[in-house]
Amino acid sequence: MIAVVDYGVNNVKSVVRAIEAGGHAATLVTDAESVRRADRVLLPGVGHFGQAMRNLAAAGLDDAVRDAAASGRPVMGICLGLQLFFAGSDEAPDTAGLGLLPGWVRRFETSLPVPHVGWAEVSASASGRTHPVLAAVFQDTSRFFYHVHSFHPHALPDEAVLATGDYDGPFPSIAGRDNVIGAQFHPEKSQRAGIDLLAAFARWRP
Amino acid sequence: MLARRIIPCLDVADGRVVKGIHFESLRDAGDPVEQAARYDAEGADELVFLDISASPDARRTTLDMVSRVAETIFIPFTVGGGIRAVADAGAALRAGADKVAVNTAAVRDPSLVSRLADSFGSQCVVAAVDVRRTGGRLAVMINGGREATGLDGIGWLAELASLGAGEILLTSMDRDGTGTGYDLDLLRAAAAAVSIPVIASGGAGGLPHLAEALDAGAHGVLAATIFHYQGSSLPEARAYLRAQGYPVRP
Repeated sequence: MIAVVDYGVNNVKSVVRAIEAGGHAATLVTDAESVRRADRVLLPGVGHFGQAMRNLAAAGLDDAVRDAAASGRPVMGICLGLQLFFAGSDEAPDTAGLGLLPGWVRRFETSLPVPHVGWAEVSASASGRTHPVLAAVFQDTSRFFYHVHSFHPHALPDEAVLATGDYDGPFPSIAGRDNVIGAQFHPEKSQRAGIDLLAAFARWRP
Repeated sequence: MLARRIIPCLDVADGRVVKGIHFESLRDAGDPVEQAARYDAEGADELVFLDISASPDARRTTLDMVSRVAETIFIPFTVGGGIRAVADAGAALRAGADKVAVNTAAVRDPSLVSRLADSFGSQCVVAAVDVRRTGGRLAVMINGGREATGLDGIGWLAELASLGAGEILLTSMDRDGTGTGYDLDLLRAAAAAVSIPVIASGGAGGLPHLAEALDAGAHGVLAATIFHYQGSSLPEARAYLRAQGYPVRP
């Protein structure tokens, strides 16, 4: 059972549906105790980094997610949920993130339109190709995933970059370390590729 | 590499998908939920749902239908028609929409676009614009194409972008339902005027029309008639565009 953290962001139901479409169970949770009891945790997210951290903290969910990660249980972030795993973000530089992954979140520096919106081709990195969550999804090929974001993870150690997209230069599209993983895109809006990725997370035993 | 988007559109009136010509002579094109499921299964890149009777009839978007469609698909879902306030948009998003499209209400109160962008992010805000060529001008039409505004099409697009719209859904009323191809001059002018994505709408009658619109600067192509009735499937459209060298999803 995946506990999908519902902290006031839109469209968490679609995440649950996508997990179910892959043959796994998920439930929405709103309180820290449910996160502490969950055997795996998924943090979705759409919106503003600062507001999201405040929402999490107000419900004690920030510490609960940190505890889940520290205890070795699988933890996954989606979009802003992944961004919250880093130390912080240019979107709200004075707000500390959860600090589960090494790196920072910065805005796209490009003359192309921002936000970066659409189906972007994502390729697994050397470390990603052997990662259990990615292996079944990418095999030997790249996949397209639906991205909607103005900010992206940055300054990660190479081994934490599991897959990259390209938008006027490469950016980390899947990042992870140990029992923590996250996708900058929306697997729940990415049809089969996304459903497969969520199913691989549901089976993951880091 | 961003894939070019192929977007089927469900124009919904009184709970049924309909499609007309120049926004009139509507004919039935099926059940919205069934059509949405079919397009998702065929690999549509997004789905647009426009409650085309909402503005004229002063009704709210049919949220229960929106929910039922949202529950059947795993692709980005835009909902428009009858969104007049931030609260309306919030209700559509809670019902399962990923983006909201505003048209008439944005003309009546342009600050709505900024308020939506502030509340939900620009990526959530699709500015739908219906234009008709009138006496050498590109006239912006509202209220389901029934009412002229006096706004110039290209100027209005630029204002929408500066107000915080995340993308433009640009419909040529002159081409709507005719199958004679998109208004390519309109698309070129729009793509030159704004840096946000422009989705071409109105006139697709065959697969080469999709390619022409992308060449003219559209980031995506919206079509209804060819997918509803004319036997061109989404896999055929993708295969065609891929063969022509456009980046599309496999």
